[in-house]
Amino acid sequence: MIPFRPFVPDTQPPLDAPAYGSTHLRHPKRPLRRLPQTISETTGPRFTPALFPEIGDLTKQAAGAPLGERIIVAGRVTDEDGRPIPATMIEIWQANAAGRYAHPRDTHDAPADPNFPGEGRIFTDAEGNYRFVSIKPGAYPWRNHHNAWRPIHIHLSLFGEGFAQRLITQMYFPGDPLLPLDPVFNAVPDAAARDRLVSRFDLALTEPEWALGYRFDIVLRGRGATPFEAAR
Amino acid sequence: MPAATASQTIGPYWHLIEHQEWADLTRFGATGEVIIITGRITDGAGEPAGDTAVELWQASPAASAGFLGYGRCGTDAAGRFRFTTLKPEALPGAGNQTQAPHLSLALFARGLMTALRTRLYFPHEPLNATDPLLAAIEDPAERATLIATAAGPGVWHLEIRLQGPGETVFLEV
Repeated sequence: MIPFRPFVPDTQPPLDAPAYGSTHLRHPKRPLRRLPQTISETTGPRFTPALFPEIGDLTKQAAGAPLGERIIVAGRVTDEDGRPIPATMIEIWQANAAGRYAHPRDTHDAPADPNFPGEGRIFTDAEGNYRFVSIKPGAYPWRNHHNAWRPIHIHLSLFGEGFAQRLITQMYFPGDPLLPLDPVFNAVPDAAARDRLVSRFDLALTEPEWALGYRFDIVLRGRGATPFEAAR
Repeated sequence: MPAATASQTIGPYWHLIEHQEWADLTRFGATGEVIIITGRITDGAGEPAGDTAVELWQASPAASAGFLGYGRCGTDAAGRFRFTTLKPEALPGAGNQTQAPHLSLALFARGLMTALRTRLYFPHEPLNATDPLLAAIEDPAERATLIATAAGPGVWHLEIRLQGPGETVFLEV
């Protein structure tokens, strides 16, 4: 199997991100040891909807409808060469419209929503496209620094085609005033890479009288040498 | 084409997607040598990393309908995790090299902006002496951070230290 190529410098956050307090005691002090990829890194798990049932509409997981602004999120999963990643599993989780997770350790003084467990799971189609329905999550405070608030976001987990492609990220929303203040978002050094974590409002995805649409395309590591390296 | 999408922390609330049965890789009817893997994760202050998602991937035994080769386990308040899986065999490495039996681990947690990757090897495996990764680690103490200890019949245990004395060898892949 062809190995996945290294990340483009500055497009991934460092493990030691001083403005994000929880990294202080959790980042290794020694440099990571470079491991040439083997079959253990170039291959990875294959999931199927038969064993991992899809949850494509997060608003229909309880008896009633969750409160909040209904949204459609869609996009395409490709690698860095633009190759679609078909039939790959995407896990989704998020806070409710008031900015509270259905999680025992979330103590934010905002209402719980019994109609919003906040978990999703979908698979890309043959062209790498995905789509799910949810509600727009709310912002919430955290104790990283004085008056710290997370910008509204949806967590996404992707497996790709090899374990070295495994990605967990967060999708943000356009125009959020909290983005410039957020240590997690701003831990990514490259401005263009940060910008690609922000979804785009998409009128074509928006359904009349029903829900706003947001587009979020996801890129996983490409295989082999970069075109630049190959040319040298 | 743009570069790969940036990683962001899994955060403290990833349990919304936790399914505890995922820690048993044999649950789809796998047959073979069933083993238990236990571990404990501590941070730079020696405190347990109690909200970690530990992911396990193994290319051996080869995936089949009854065995995906993948599992996930959340750590408890004491930083402990526990998997049930099948014992891996030796694997091909680069060129004509052979890799000793091992499991790939990826850690995701609040305070980790990207996955932290490491491996678990088994003690007393003859192939450990010539495994390309283990052989490349010159310091025996560092090498030992990747090798589990026997904790009973069919049970192996690995201490993972994120930072500081005895820090685990983490991998850039």
